[in-house]
Amino acid sequence: MSAAEVISEDRDLATEWPIELYETLKSAGISQMSYVPDAGHSTLIRLFSADPDVVTNVLTTEEEGIAIAAGAWLGGKRGVVLMQSSGVGNCINMLSLPVHARIPLLVLVTMRGEWAEFNPWQVPMGQATESALKAIGVTVLRAESGPDLVETVAQAATMAFDADQQIAVLIGQRLLGRKKW
Amino acid sequence: MTSSTMDRRAAVKKLLDARGDALVVTGLGSPSYDVHAAGDRDDNYYLWGAMGGAALVGLGLAQAQPGRQVMVITGDGEQLMAFGALATISVARPRNLDVIVLDNQHFGETGMQASHTGRGIAFDKVASSCGFAEAAELRTLDEVDSLCGRLRESAEGPRLFVLKISAENLPRSLPPRDAVEVKNRFRRHLGLATC
Repeated sequence: MSAAEVISEDRDLATEWPIELYETLKSAGISQMSYVPDAGHSTLIRLFSADPDVVTNVLTTEEEGIAIAAGAWLGGKRGVVLMQSSGVGNCINMLSLPVHARIPLLVLVTMRGEWAEFNPWQVPMGQATESALKAIGVTVLRAESGPDLVETVAQAATMAFDADQQIAVLIGQRLLGRKKW
Repeated sequence: MTSSTMDRRAAVKKLLDARGDALVVTGLGSPSYDVHAAGDRDDNYYLWGAMGGAALVGLGLAQAQPGRQVMVITGDGEQLMAFGALATISVARPRNLDVIVLDNQHFGETGMQASHTGRGIAFDKVASSCGFAEAAELRTLDEVDSLCGRLRESAEGPRLFVLKISAENLPRSLPPRDAVEVKNRFRRHLGLATC
């Protein structure tokens, strides 16, 4: 990713949404990012990791990111947690912390198990992701195109950090495309 | 092999008397009661749930407040649920995070069932293997006195100390259960906006 790409004014959000998403999150005041990697998050992970103004944490399991983001908010910083839908199941009990304490939470979830999925093991958690998040009290938003995703995350950040809500934005597998082997 | 243990309330009181302006996060169950028993304060954040989250809340807080020392006080059972957290904390390498594991080798809240730490799992060794800057096991209150002095020295990275405590259920000293209020007073203490 070159600097010229990052500052490009004329973006095709269908393919360049990760760069726009990075700038959107920066504009929302995000200064901490924690992640379990997913191919769909790879550009965001690379951009945040190269940003000296953002603290990044690589996690051993997704629920760690929920606790870290809560601690960051207690200390006055805004965090975002990146994970794949398979990781949502790992987070459920830890989500009682932001839900009960009304601590802002912004999670971006790349979806598996819902569109051109070749791996049947991804389907159960992929299909359960939205209802599991709703069951524990997280508000779920969803985007199926690049422009829609950027707009959804921008307003989700407002809901999370200005209204103390716990928000997960699901990034549709249709948007991410077929996994290539 | 030595098997002496110390009184948990006395040990925690010593740590907190020497905390200076350190921010404190507590793990659910008895560690929350121990910290509350030593005196309720706005710069304590008590967990009543989210098992496995204490040290990681501490990490996020330490990263957000790099100028402040953060002390996490939790139990062996709570930390066992977040074994991988020690890897994450070590890689993050905060220089202002101390994790205190009050280790009675049992799940005290649920009927005193034996935990892993009495069967060969030693958190100080795990933390050392992960790359913590400092880690040790303490068995006496005299050792806690020396630790209080060491904690005031600057660290090169995260530190973890295991305090071997007696397995007993003391009278509960209950922190507030309203997590929103505890959050708001903690943030107000730091001069941050509340909701």
